[in-house]
Amino acid sequence: MTPGSGGRTEQLLFHESADVHPANGTLLGFWIYLMSDCLVFACLFAAYGVLGREYAGGPTAQEVLELPAVAVNTTLLLLSSITYGFAVLAMQRDRQKPMLVWLVITGLLGAGFITLELREFAHLISIGAGPQRSAFLSSFFTLVGTHGLHVTCGLIWMVVLITQVLRKGLITANKRRLLCLSMFWHFLDVVWVGVFSFVYLMGVLP
Amino acid sequence: MLSHPDLAKLIFGRLSLDSLPLHEPIVVYTFVAVAIGAIALLGAITYYKLWGYLWHEWFTSIDHKKIGIMYMILGFVMLLRGFSDAIMMRGQQAVSFGASHGYLPPEHYDQVFTAHGVIMIFFVAMPMVTGLMNFVMPLQIGARDVAFPFLNNFSFWMTVAGAMLVMCSLFIGEFARTGWLAYPPLSDIVSSPDAGVDYYIWALQIAGVGTLLSGINLLVTIVKMRAPGMTLMKMPVFTWTALCTNVLIVAAFPVLTAVLAMLALDRYAGTNFFTTELGGNAMMYVNLIWIWGHPEVYILILPAFGIFSEVTATFSRKPLFGYASMVYATVVITVLSYLVWLHHFFTMGSGASVNSFFGITTMIISIPTGAKIFNWLFTMYRGRVDFELPMMWTVAFMVTFVIGGMTGVLLAVPPADFSLHNSLFLIAHFHNVIIGGVLFGLFAGITYWFPKAFGFRLDPFWGKCSFWFWVSGFYFAFMPLYMLGLMGVTRRLSHFDDPSLRIWFLIAAFGAFLIALGIACNIIQFIVSFKNREALRDVTGDPWGGRTLEWSTSSPPPKYNFAFTPRIHDHDAWWMMKKYRWQRPLNGYLPIHMPHNTGAGFIMAALSFVFGFAMIWYMWLLAIVAFVALLLVAIGHTFNYDREYYIPADEVSRIEQSRTDLLASHV
Repeated sequence: MTPGSGGRTEQLLFHESADVHPANGTLLGFWIYLMSDCLVFACLFAAYGVLGREYAGGPTAQEVLELPAVAVNTTLLLLSSITYGFAVLAMQRDRQKPMLVWLVITGLLGAGFITLELREFAHLISIGAGPQRSAFLSSFFTLVGTHGLHVTCGLIWMVVLITQVLRKGLITANKRRLLCLSMFWHFLDVVWVGVFSFVYLMGVLP
Repeated sequence: MLSHPDLAKLIFGRLSLDSLPLHEPIVVYTFVAVAIGAIALLGAITYYKLWGYLWHEWFTSIDHKKIGIMYMILGFVMLLRGFSDAIMMRGQQAVSFGASHGYLPPEHYDQVFTAHGVIMIFFVAMPMVTGLMNFVMPLQIGARDVAFPFLNNFSFWMTVAGAMLVMCSLFIGEFARTGWLAYPPLSDIVSSPDAGVDYYIWALQIAGVGTLLSGINLLVTIVKMRAPGMTLMKMPVFTWTALCTNVLIVAAFPVLTAVLAMLALDRYAGTNFFTTELGGNAMMYVNLIWIWGHPEVYILILPAFGIFSEVTATFSRKPLFGYASMVYATVVITVLSYLVWLHHFFTMGSGASVNSFFGITTMIISIPTGAKIFNWLFTMYRGRVDFELPMMWTVAFMVTFVIGGMTGVLLAVPPADFSLHNSLFLIAHFHNVIIGGVLFGLFAGITYWFPKAFGFRLDPFWGKCSFWFWVSGFYFAFMPLYMLGLMGVTRRLSHFDDPSLRIWFLIAAFGAFLIALGIACNIIQFIVSFKNREALRDVTGDPWGGRTLEWSTSSPPPKYNFAFTPRIHDHDAWWMMKKYRWQRPLNGYLPIHMPHNTGAGFIMAALSFVFGFAMIWYMWLLAIVAFVALLLVAIGHTFNYDREYYIPADEVSRIEQSRTDLLASHV
C-alpha cells in the first residue's frame, strides 16, 4: 500500500479539473429522519407493550375500543396511500393537474382519518376513559395520538406543497419535496398497520 | 384589566417575583457578576459596531467551518459554567463535616450537581464533539460544505437555545434537583412540582432537535459527498468515527426524545407512564433513558478516538498501525453500545441471567477498545515521535483511559457492582473516562486543528502549563474518589459525619483547584496566542506535516474549501499527494456553487427558546403564539427557493493567487 513503491511511474491525478457535483442527499437524509422517527414510535410501542395491560381497575381495551370504527379509519388511511401513489405517478409524467387532484383526494382522506380519530378520542374521554385513567390508556392515547399528530403535520405540509406547486409548477425542488412527503405518508401508513394490529386487533380480539 | 387574576395567569403563568432566587446570596452575586459581564460584552460589541459583522458573517453563516467554531465557543463557555458547579461541589464536600454544613444548602447543592452533569454532557461535550466533526470532517472528505447547510445553522442555534434555557434556570426559578437523568418518581409532578424538571425537559428537547438534525446532516454528508476515489476504507479514521458517532446519534436521540416526552406528559397532562399509581412503571423510564444514555457515552468517545488516531499518526510520522482493525473496532463498539444499557442498574433486580448477559457484553466492549490502544502504541513504536502538545494529550489519554477502562470492567461484574453502584467509585470511573478520554481528546483536537481554523498555532508554553495542571489536577481530584467509593461513600451527598473521610475530600478539592489553574492557563493561552499571532502564523496550511486532506488547503481555508475537488487514491490522501509532489493548479478555475446565508435558523431557534420558556412557566398564551410563529417562519422559509449562488471564477482566481503569493514569499 505504500505509495510510490513497486516502481509505479504513471502520473496519478490528484484533483478534478472539471466541476464535481455530489449527488443530492435530500431523499437519503429524509429517509434517515424517518428511521429516527420510527424509533420514537418503537419507544411508544414498547411503552404500550409494557403498560398495555395495566388497566388499574379501569376499562380494558376490549371494553372501550371499537373495531368497526377503526376498520373505516384504516381503510381511509390505506386508500390515501394509494391515491398518493397515483399523485406521484402523475408527477413523474409532469402532469400537474391530475397530480394536484390526487393530492387533494389524499388530503381529504387523511382529514377524514383525523376526524374519526378525534371522535374516538372524544368518546373515550366522555365515558371516563381519558389518558389519565390508567397506564394502559396513557400509552394508548400517546401512541395513537402521536401517529395522529404526524398525520396532521402531513396534512399541513400537503397544503403548503399544493400552494408551492401552484406557484412554481413541477420544478425539481418541488418534485423532491413531493417525494419526501410521499415517503412520510407511506411511512405513517406502515406505522398505522402496526398500531392497528398491535393495539386494536390484539387488544380487542380474544 | 391586567389585575384580573385569570388574565395575569394566562400571560405570566406561574411565574412571579417569588420565582427570582433573591434569598440565595450566592445566586444573587453570580447574577450581578454575569449581568456586569454581559453588559460589558454587549456594550463592547455595540461600541465597536460589531453587530452587523456578527450577524452577517457568523450568526447567519451556513459555512460548516464557522458553525464548527461557534459550537466550540459554546462548548467552552458552558465548560466555565459546568466547572463552576464542579468546584462549588468540591468546596462544599471539603468543608461540610460534622457541625459545619458548608455554604450550600441541600436544595441548592442538589441543583448544582444536576446542572453540572447536564451541562457537561449536553452543552460542553456534545457541542465540542459536534463542532469538531463539523469543522474537520467535510475538509477531510474533500467536500465544500455539509449536505444541508441551512439545517446545520439551525441545529447549532437549537443547541444554543437549550443551553440558554439551562442558564435561565440559574436566575429565574430553579433547576432540577433530580440528578442528571431525572429519574421518576422523584422527577414527577408530585415530588418535584416546581419548574426545575421542566427546565430540564425543555432544554434537552430543544437541544435534542439540533443534535438529531446535525446527526442526519453529517451522516448524509459522509455518505454522499466524499471526493471521487474515497471509498469507505480510504476515509480518514476521524471521519470513520464521525460516521459511527452520527449513526449512534440518529439511533439513540429519538429514544431520549420519546422518554422525555412521556415524562413531560406525566407532568403536564397527568398521564401515568412512570407514576407510582394507576399502573405506571418507573423502571421503564430507567430502561429507556439508558438505552439512549449508554450509546451517548460512545457518541462522545468515538470522535475522541478518531482525534487520537489522527494525532498519533501525524506526530509519529507513520501511517496509522492497523487502519482496518481500527475501523472494525469502531464499528463493533458502535453495535455493542446498544447491548449494555442494563449495566447502569444491575440492582434493579432483573435476575442473575439478565445481569450476567449485560455484564458479559459490557466486558466484551473492552476488547475492541483494547485493540485501539494497541494500534496507537504500535503506531508510536519505531516512529519518530514529536511530543508536540496534541501528542502529549494523547499519551496522557492512553495512560488515564486505561485506568478508567479497568475500573469500568470492574464495575461490569454484577456482584461487585452491587456494592459499588451509586458510590463515589462510580463517579471516579466515569470522570476518569470522560475527562481522560473525551476531554483530553477534545484538547488534543483543538490544539491540532486550531491553526487550520484560524491560521496561527496556539502558544505551546501556556498550552503545556494547562496540560500539566489538567492532568495532575485530574489525578488529585478523582483518585481519592476511588478510595472513598471503596469505603462505601455514596454520591450526591452534601454533608458527612465521619471526620476520617475528610482528608480525601481535601485532596480532591486540591485537584479541582489545579484543574481551575489548567482552565485559566487555557484562557491565557488563547489570549497570548492571539497577541502573538504573527509569530505563530501558519502560512503553509500544513503546520504539523499532516496526512489527511484538510492540510492541503490554506489556513484558514477559503469559504469553498477546495478550488478543485481532490481525487483520492489511498487513505492519508495528503501524505500521498506530498509524496508524489503534487503541484497546486494555478489556473483553470471554475465558478463555485455555494449556499446563501440565512437568518431563518436563528429566528426559529429563538422562537423555540420562547416556546420552551413559556411551557416551563405555564404561560399558555405565549406558548401558543411562539409555536404558531415558529410554524409560520418554518413554512415561510420553504417558500424561499433562491438558496444558492456562484462564486465567480475571478474571485476564486484572486483568492488562490493570494495564497500562491503567500506560499512563494515563505519558501
